[in-house]
Amino acid sequence: MPGPMRQPIRGGNRGPGHPRVPGKGEKVKKGTFGRLLRYLFSIYKGRLTFVAVAIIVSSVTGAAATMFVQRLIDTCITPGIQNGFGSVAGRMARILVTMAVIYAVSVISAFIYTQILAVVTQGTLKKVRDDMFSRMQDLPIRYFDTHPRGTVMSTYTNDTDTLRQMIGQSIPQLFTGALTILSIVLIMLYYSIWMTLAVFAAIVLMTAVTRKIGGASAYFMTRQQNALAAEEGYIEEMIQGQKVVKVFCHEEESRNEFSKLNRQLFEDSAEANRAANVLMPILGNMGNILYVVLAIVGGFLIVLRAKNLSLRGIDVVTLGVIVSFLGMARQLAQTISQVSMQVSMVAMGLAGAERIFELIDEKPEEDQGYVTLVNVKKNADGTFRESKSQTGMWAWKHFHKADGTTTYVPLAGDVRMEHVDFGYTPEKEVLHDVTLYAKPGQKIAFVGATGAGKTTITNLLNRFYDIPDGKIRYDGINITKIRKPDLRRSLGMVLQDVNLFTGTVMDNIRYGRLDATDEECIAAAKLANADSFIRRLPDGYQTVLTGNGSQLSQGQRQLISIARAAVADPPVMILDEATSSIDTRTEALVQRGMDNLMKGRTVFVIAHRLSTVRDSDAIMVLDHGRIIERGSHEDLIAQRGTYYQLYTGAFELE
Amino acid sequence: MKLQDLFRTLGASVREYKRDSILAPVFITGEVVFECLIPFIMAKMIDHLGGTGMGPVIRYGLLLLILAACSLICGVLSARFAATASTGFAKNLRQDIYFRIQDFAFQDIDQFSVSSLITRMTTDVTNVQNAFQMMIRIAFRAPLMLIFSVVMCLAISPRMSLIFLAAIPAIGIIIFLIMRRVIPFFRRIFKKYDRMNNSVEENVSGIRVVKAFVREEYEKEKFWKASEEVRSDFTAAEKIMALLSPVMMFFIYLVMLLICVIGSQIIIRTKGALLTTGELSSLMNYGVQILASMMMVSMVFVMITMAQESANRIAEVLQHESSLTSPANGRTDVPDGSIVFDHVSFRYRRDSHSNALSDISVHIPSGSTVGIIGGTGSSKSTMIQLIPRLYDVSEGSVTVGGHDVREYDLDSLRNAVAVVLQKNVVFSGTIRDNLRWGDAGASDEEIQRACHLACADEFIDQLPDGYDTRITQGGTNISGGQKQRLCIARALLKKPKVLIFDDSTSAVDTKTDAAIRRAMAEEIPDTTKIIIAQRISSVQDADQILVLDDGRIAESGTHEELLEKHGIYREIYDSQVKGKEE
Repeated sequence: MPGPMRQPIRGGNRGPGHPRVPGKGEKVKKGTFGRLLRYLFSIYKGRLTFVAVAIIVSSVTGAAATMFVQRLIDTCITPGIQNGFGSVAGRMARILVTMAVIYAVSVISAFIYTQILAVVTQGTLKKVRDDMFSRMQDLPIRYFDTHPRGTVMSTYTNDTDTLRQMIGQSIPQLFTGALTILSIVLIMLYYSIWMTLAVFAAIVLMTAVTRKIGGASAYFMTRQQNALAAEEGYIEEMIQGQKVVKVFCHEEESRNEFSKLNRQLFEDSAEANRAANVLMPILGNMGNILYVVLAIVGGFLIVLRAKNLSLRGIDVVTLGVIVSFLGMARQLAQTISQVSMQVSMVAMGLAGAERIFELIDEKPEEDQGYVTLVNVKKNADGTFRESKSQTGMWAWKHFHKADGTTTYVPLAGDVRMEHVDFGYTPEKEVLHDVTLYAKPGQKIAFVGATGAGKTTITNLLNRFYDIPDGKIRYDGINITKIRKPDLRRSLGMVLQDVNLFTGTVMDNIRYGRLDATDEECIAAAKLANADSFIRRLPDGYQTVLTGNGSQLSQGQRQLISIARAAVADPPVMILDEATSSIDTRTEALVQRGMDNLMKGRTVFVIAHRLSTVRDSDAIMVLDHGRIIERGSHEDLIAQRGTYYQLYTGAFELE
Repeated sequence: MKLQDLFRTLGASVREYKRDSILAPVFITGEVVFECLIPFIMAKMIDHLGGTGMGPVIRYGLLLLILAACSLICGVLSARFAATASTGFAKNLRQDIYFRIQDFAFQDIDQFSVSSLITRMTTDVTNVQNAFQMMIRIAFRAPLMLIFSVVMCLAISPRMSLIFLAAIPAIGIIIFLIMRRVIPFFRRIFKKYDRMNNSVEENVSGIRVVKAFVREEYEKEKFWKASEEVRSDFTAAEKIMALLSPVMMFFIYLVMLLICVIGSQIIIRTKGALLTTGELSSLMNYGVQILASMMMVSMVFVMITMAQESANRIAEVLQHESSLTSPANGRTDVPDGSIVFDHVSFRYRRDSHSNALSDISVHIPSGSTVGIIGGTGSSKSTMIQLIPRLYDVSEGSVTVGGHDVREYDLDSLRNAVAVVLQKNVVFSGTIRDNLRWGDAGASDEEIQRACHLACADEFIDQLPDGYDTRITQGGTNISGGQKQRLCIARALLKKPKVLIFDDSTSAVDTKTDAAIRRAMAEEIPDTTKIIIAQRISSVQDADQILVLDDGRIAESGTHEELLEKHGIYREIYDSQVKGKEE
């Protein structure tokens, strides 16, 4: 009986990556299967019950139909040959009609469950994706530090693909297969216990063979995956460096090295494929051999008029019994080989499901903040009251638990850090005893080598990472008391690595404030010095950017990200300068854009070019997580310390 | 691309696996023949079951065992041949693409883009490999099964076979209709699906931006919308696909029922003369086989259609002729490091309207130092890449050592002209391995000397494993400045006649930068040195400075001469120096 055959149709380009096969040591956690079923039932309880019933009906009726073929032969054809058609016509009609009804029921239930299953599978995948994505948005930055992008993506693509295969195909087939096997065995027992035992012996043998070959196949699959990973890694590295290969005439070496890896991959994948391929013919022909053995055994039973033991009691083996037994044995063998094909798919799907659940189970970013940012109006007496409408005036709404009062602190941009120690991991502290303060409107610059801790400081300010105690205060409020979204809304960021999203230039600028009008976006672009180049783009502000704005230069992308921060118009800005070699003219443009953005705000600048920090109110020179020098440009030059050496070019900045 | 061309192009990669690729279907044919004979003989055996002696039953039984053994042997052999053929084909395909890429000029790499080349070598090859395996196995097996089963049915009972002959076209039409509707549907959806995944990737890499702007909820809603679209489209398509299975069941059962109705009447009326009970049951078996093969044929068709896109992308690379080839019997000796640009113009694409370089004429004596300065997009890099013939000029000529670069054997030319590219790439392996790219046979002393000249020894000596320190992929464990110095040392090991720095000291501090330049001037005075830089200080000591603007030489001369001109050079100088000196 054909199960629901739905081959996965692979689309075009999904990037490198293959379903990860669970290796030998890597066991799927117990309970993943149960959890997956619970997950499925929690969404589609009614429909899945319906599907299960329909599958049961479909496979039971399919198996039952076989019984009627036997009855047709034994009670109609055999006596009919002797007594003529007329004697059996009535009985025959009844049997055939019953068969037709059973078949009809079987087809209808198959129709129902395959249709519902299509809905359920895709619906589940959507829920899985949504759950993963929603959880991912709430995860702390730390998660993204420790999980490479490729791995995260593979959960969305490969693991979800295998899950689809499993829900839509493997599990129903396993279920149908198990039911078919069960009903066939019952019917067999109903006919003849002796012959059933013979079939059992054969099945044990078949299972042993499957396990042996399957085991070999899994072993080579793992080796194939490793060889594939090695070769793909090499391909990626070499093709990315292809221009260097050319410049050094290194083509021949590169060919040789590649051929070595390629041969290894071939050997392992040929073995893996051979082991997987031979399973089908071996199982199929074992079914045939089983058939022959049964026929001969059955023949002897008939000839010897042997006593037959069955669930019906003791009788004599008939031709009809043998014929239907043979048919059932064949069907049994087929079902077993189909089921064995699905077992590895299920293993793969479960490994994928486990990774999906792992992502969904990740602990979201914690936020115990309760101080919020609200629009306020000033009362005559100098106090503030909250306003629903936009007033252009912002204040921190601070509820005090102790006395039950609520105070409004105007948003000013006063930032203080006191004796802050911090490490991304407990073993390695990267900031030691950092103390600094920025009054509203001041510009604070951080200078130091890569890894000195400049970016880390800004990461603590916007609570990408949390420090346990209240050592950072914002407008006098402990920042752990401020709700993260409100805190971040008050801080603008221009990051060193510019990330633009697929969409128009206008969309990308509006990302800073979703309700900004076109005019406001354009004004922001003008402020950032980005307007003139945007207008020269083929479709101006409506030009669609793809691939992180790959059609723009590094400097242009930086300008858009400045405009994006400008439209948000926050009181505090964190600017991380780009390090890559922008030419002097574009750099000047970017610099002017940043200067415009800084006006009237508290600004933290992570400087990569010393020319930009000279007018800062305070410069912090960082070294290995400590502030080693602080002061204005003139102070620091006079000190003749590290800053002076950096400034005169005696030290490397990056 | 026409299917025929596609087969010819990719088929060329079968090579030593031709034998396996042919033997696989040959043995499949054997397997199918035996497999189809088995139910036929089974029927004979069943007919003798009710008889008197066991003799015929055992004879047929033995025959069946022999057939099953033959079918098993054929099956296993074909499975193994197919595995070897398809993985071998994939191996050759990957090798052919990779070797072809090695021959690509810069221009060809630009045209395809690095990421697209990588996808073609990985995902696309896997898709084609699977389709190839399908083609030499299932695409032979299923139709053969169909034909043989029909033949056997005809042999058993021509009258009963009419049932099949009526059912086959009916099913064929239904499958065709479903597929025709579903295939383009899936293609469209997969584009949407890819877009959805791309946006996830964008979100993951831009997560700091998302969080900094508190756009988590906005992103969630955007994603839900996209995933809902994917869901509803996929559901619609899958529902159509899901029709296949019940439709097939319907036909199988219908055929079974018809066989029972008509067959049993024939048996009874002719008292087993035209049809026997055994034959009846084998007809049923054949019936299932016929319909199952039709299903398989349709699946193969789908798979192959889907792999066609991948095959096209691979064929594009394989058919792409490198736009730049080494001349036959080219000159192998480069006399000296003198360079002449004679009215050179250059366009990246033949069809592009604007020149990247226009009318460049320069004479660079052997052993002199030339500085090139200019804004982004002024084509500085383009200009120097013409010297080792990484690109070919569109008009005019470039001469090295008194001969047009196109006269030289490419390897000889490039060994004499070393370029330190702007995008510094080091490869995974030890520092020594990386340096040996410049000279595979370099002694430790030579390596150390080159590193000393490039001021790389100071940091290498501080590393715990020195020259044997392993560099990770992409060189992520060393800083930008260190990478640049390694790349300079690597180029020095080539002992080139011309040495080109394409903005190669941008991440190095000014003191080291100066030290490197001094070493170059003193230690390799006969080598022509070309320095592209952003900093005036990097070029001001050069014998000749070229200021490029928009693909033309705007100014040229020594540092002092250019300052006098009060042009672009002066402007850059002022902007850089003013900040410092006040």
